[in-house]
Amino acid sequence: MKQFLTALALGASAVFASGAADAATLDQVKQKGFLQCGVSTGLPGFSNPDAKGEWTGLDVDLCRAVAAAVFDDPTKVRFSPLTAKDRFTALQSGEVDILSRNSTWTLSRDATQGLNFTATNYYDGQGFLVRKSLGVKSAMELNGASVCTQSGTTTELNVADFFRSNNLQYEVVAFQGQEETLKAYESGRCEVFTSDQSQLYALRLKLADKDEHVILPELISKEPLATAVRQGDDQWFDIVKWVHYGMLNAEEAGITSQNVKDMLNSPNPDIKRMLGAEGNFGEQIGLTKDWLVRIVSKVGNYGEAFDRSVGKGSPLQIERGKNALWTKGGLQYGPPIR
Amino acid sequence: MSDVAIGHGQPFVRKEILQPEPPPASLVGFSGWARQNLFVGPANTLLSLFCLALATYVAWIMLDFLVLRAVWTGANREACIGPEVGACWPFITTRFGQMLYGFYPAEEHWRPATVFFVAVALIAPLLTPSAPYKKANALLFFVAFPIFAFVMLSGGFFGLRPVETRAWGGLLVTLVVATTGIVASLPLGVLLALGRRSKLPVVRFFAIAFIEFWRGVPLITVLFFATYMLPLFLPSGWSIDGLLRALVGVSLFSAAYMAEVVRGGLQAIPKGQYEGAMAMGLRYWPMMILIVLPQALKLVIPGIVNTFIGLFKDTTLVAIISIFDFLGIIRSAFADPNWATPGTVYTGFAFAGIVYFIFCYGMSRYSRFVEERLDVGHKH
Repeated sequence: MKQFLTALALGASAVFASGAADAATLDQVKQKGFLQCGVSTGLPGFSNPDAKGEWTGLDVDLCRAVAAAVFDDPTKVRFSPLTAKDRFTALQSGEVDILSRNSTWTLSRDATQGLNFTATNYYDGQGFLVRKSLGVKSAMELNGASVCTQSGTTTELNVADFFRSNNLQYEVVAFQGQEETLKAYESGRCEVFTSDQSQLYALRLKLADKDEHVILPELISKEPLATAVRQGDDQWFDIVKWVHYGMLNAEEAGITSQNVKDMLNSPNPDIKRMLGAEGNFGEQIGLTKDWLVRIVSKVGNYGEAFDRSVGKGSPLQIERGKNALWTKGGLQYGPPIR
Repeated sequence: MSDVAIGHGQPFVRKEILQPEPPPASLVGFSGWARQNLFVGPANTLLSLFCLALATYVAWIMLDFLVLRAVWTGANREACIGPEVGACWPFITTRFGQMLYGFYPAEEHWRPATVFFVAVALIAPLLTPSAPYKKANALLFFVAFPIFAFVMLSGGFFGLRPVETRAWGGLLVTLVVATTGIVASLPLGVLLALGRRSKLPVVRFFAIAFIEFWRGVPLITVLFFATYMLPLFLPSGWSIDGLLRALVGVSLFSAAYMAEVVRGGLQAIPKGQYEGAMAMGLRYWPMMILIVLPQALKLVIPGIVNTFIGLFKDTTLVAIISIFDFLGIIRSAFADPNWATPGTVYTGFAFAGIVYFIFCYGMSRYSRFVEERLDVGHKH
């Protein structure tokens, strides 16, 4: 059914070439006066409404950054909470302009869903949660462990691959739902709980005493959570991609929401180019010269967004890990603005 | 003793009627009722005791979790962390406004609140048989109130700030969708039911086609197509409001179900009623409105209310069009890391269950009241 609908949507957008899908998204967004952003229906730290009803999270901040770049106003975003089933159809049909909804970047999605992934907003992967009292520091020490996992998911297969390729003994205890699996882990049915790492941090908050549990540093699968736009609009693709890279470059150069106004006077040529004091780099992608000033002053750089949503400043306390800048041993690398 | 009395030559004549003895204690009051209904024979007694124990056990667990071990105040998740903590009520209280109104701007909350109170003020006398001015009341509720509610909720008139329907949510959306569906589906359903039994082939064909189409497709598919497929076919820049799509979809959908319920009632009316009406010279519409429908609708009250209750709970499907109804907003609140605790999910669902139960049980009780008033069961 899902594939049929997708095929239908693709066919329809091909036939109705004059429809929403083809006009320049930037012009449409400017004309509407707001950005329509597809997010999840609620994923802790990535997109969830807070007590005041404001959407917050790392995925949400990317949309706010794009709105800041286009309108100089991060509030000009309307959020469409989408379920996993509806998300790609919503993007194809033009119901949303950006899909910033913890979607794993894979070849088949990139090729067949009529969309382009712009950049990886968060490098996720399957990880392990264990009790601190176990004294385990690395997944390589898990020989002979019993592992709780959700049955019938790729999670289960990844565990099998990881343990077999490392010649470790293990025993799988599989359950239906995530909540049940967590309860089983908490009641001591198994020593290790495995799921996507970002999930582990969120689920850890649901344990009676979260400080008794640690998340091991290893990632045993690749789940790059990326932002996506509709295929066929290269300008919009560039804008969304460079908003993310701009936030990375800002962090790397030490430009924060606090000091961005002072940085405008910086003699550093890199920073001059980024903030539009030199050259017209923002204009080259259809934005303004001060595009990055707008983003960083209103939303912050990538590190600030990360800390606020999922990192040190949030209850989730996720380590930067693979999401640290390339200069600090992570994978987040913003190509140069020049 | 009696010999003495008779000895006076007077036969015994009772002057007063003997006061009836009270029934034996084993037949009256709660204990009598329990004996007759719960403890008849060993098998029933055993079953009763088992059920009683089960009910007590469940009631105790709920009381223990929802009240005794519950946390009542707190600023964030820290308050609800602990080994013996039950329900986390501050999670509900901090988000209470959101659960009622969704993302409706906080400073405008008085608007849906006013609409709600006006609705209650209009519905209560409408549902009370003894209240006067029924016609004026009905006119106000079915004609004036929808306009008033629309103006108040969406704004844009009289200096009210416009609030687009995307920002609506929570119980507000649940009630708007359910009320619209209920009010629209009954007349539509009656018309469709009459159409399906019509002697005019074209009318009958369209009624059958409509009913079978809407009963044949899942509501979720209808909403999905309306939301994500429609924009592909409409010219660029055209769009239909998301909530409106849901309202139309839900109304048409429940109308099809309602039509079949009403048709069941129509079939139960004996042919003599139709013939009698015609013999009195009534034409089609007076016959239906004065003779047939009052009897038919009365018969199918349980079915109608059943459809209403189902509709009320189906409103959750508006999540497809990216609008959070009452349950949707509670689910999205689970994702807030500031309130992620072991008990958050249970508290949220328990609260949702209580609220849904109040509404659905209310509808059910009112339908019982109407049935008794109209004496549907033909008890006499």
